[in-house]
Amino acid sequence: MKKLLLSSALISLLTTAAFSQDDLMKELKKTQKSDTDYAFQTFKGTRLVNGHTVETKGKGTLEFIFAHRFGAMNGGLYEMFGLDEAYVRLGLDYGITDNMSVSIGRNSVDKTMDGYVKYKLIRQSSGARNFPVTITALTGIAYKISPKKKDAPAGFENVDRVAYNTQLFIARKFSPALSLQLMPTFIHRNAVDKSVEKNDLMALGFGGRLKVTRSIALTTEYYLRLDAPDNDLLPEGQKRYNALGFGIDIETGGHVFQLVLTNTRGLTERAFVGETTGDFFDGNIHLGFNVTRTFQLKKKK
Amino acid sequence: MSLTLLRRFFVSAILLLLGYAAPAQKFTAERSELSFFSDGIVEDIDAKNNQVGSLFDAGNGDVVFIAKIRDFVFPKSLMREHFNEKYMETEKFPKATFQGKLVGVKAGSPGEQKIRAVGKLNMHGVTRDIDVPGTVEFNGGKVLTKSKFKVRLEDYNIKIPTLVWQNIAEEVEVRVDFTYKPI
Repeated sequence: MKKLLLSSALISLLTTAAFSQDDLMKELKKTQKSDTDYAFQTFKGTRLVNGHTVETKGKGTLEFIFAHRFGAMNGGLYEMFGLDEAYVRLGLDYGITDNMSVSIGRNSVDKTMDGYVKYKLIRQSSGARNFPVTITALTGIAYKISPKKKDAPAGFENVDRVAYNTQLFIARKFSPALSLQLMPTFIHRNAVDKSVEKNDLMALGFGGRLKVTRSIALTTEYYLRLDAPDNDLLPEGQKRYNALGFGIDIETGGHVFQLVLTNTRGLTERAFVGETTGDFFDGNIHLGFNVTRTFQLKKKK
Repeated sequence: MSLTLLRRFFVSAILLLLGYAAPAQKFTAERSELSFFSDGIVEDIDAKNNQVGSLFDAGNGDVVFIAKIRDFVFPKSLMREHFNEKYMETEKFPKATFQGKLVGVKAGSPGEQKIRAVGKLNMHGVTRDIDVPGTVEFNGGKVLTKSKFKVRLEDYNIKIPTLVWQNIAEEVEVRVDFTYKPI
């Protein structure tokens, strides 16, 4: 009797000891509500090549963006393959909330001031809440300071300097390495040369990034203008092309350094989507870079 | 079957059942704080996770916890992004878990008791046996546990990107501070 008692007690003790931690783990897993996992860092920066990504700045972070494009490489040795020329945008982006950013910028091309509001509408998620893509909306305004008032043609009003752009960014992070993005774009320019183009411009952008290492990614971006005038019918110098760009993102701590090759020198949507004058496949390629530095102005508790 | 044999059978069956059911004093974490601190050259980094789930069985000392890596909160949002994307690879390894025992717990006795936590710590896809010191205190029906120990990033295959300027220490200090209530 004693022996049997002992053995049964021993068996029960052994079985509980061996399995209780696993059981406890199972029990814990059961109590944890199935929660939602949001995709993060679909892209490293708020810019893909020339245009935007779905990313916005975190709450209370200020980002200084210095974007720079050299001249076209096919300028030859006289232009030092483009290095003699420079087009610049200096910009500041600020995250009001984790989903909403505002920005102001100054462009050397057409001496343009620009500003925008960018809002992350919905985030890609899996788990309790499932949504396949992240969607961000952007609306911006650009004001050309050039030409000077006294040099402006007759009838040119200040309001003619303004252009508006509205864009949606729809992106999916397919894997930690691969993200793809679609960018339906609408641009309205208050004044254009009506013999060549229209005030309204629709375009569809495509882009993506492929992470090569944890800190380096390859990016590409292409804006296809819909309903664009036929280049064959336009005189030389008035021909316009779709903006195409390739880049390398290098991230170092608080910086993102983007090295790009693109056929446009513009850094506002009006300029690069609508008014790109270089043909990428004719060697009209600009070397450029975007350098960002992020500052945390408000610390999180 | 003789009567004695039948009695023996029943007794042992009951004992067997009792054996499973006996230590029923289980606790769940009502407040949890899992934090770590890295003493950097350029910048100190500290992060907190207050949403860790944990169960503790005072009967046999068994303890488990699950911490979601994404729930660690940093003073700077960029730090959090880097932590998740570059160090912890959160999409591949979303959770850190501990499964083990608190050794030396005298259930119910008053005052702070020095104990050891022995078991398996899993993070970044690596499971390692750890044996770290801590304290436990039974106080008004609640159980307070604390522990502080060092984790070498290399042990968990966490690599520091060479391009990162804010130097991250190769060893981080992990602090566990959980308060349990009975289930």
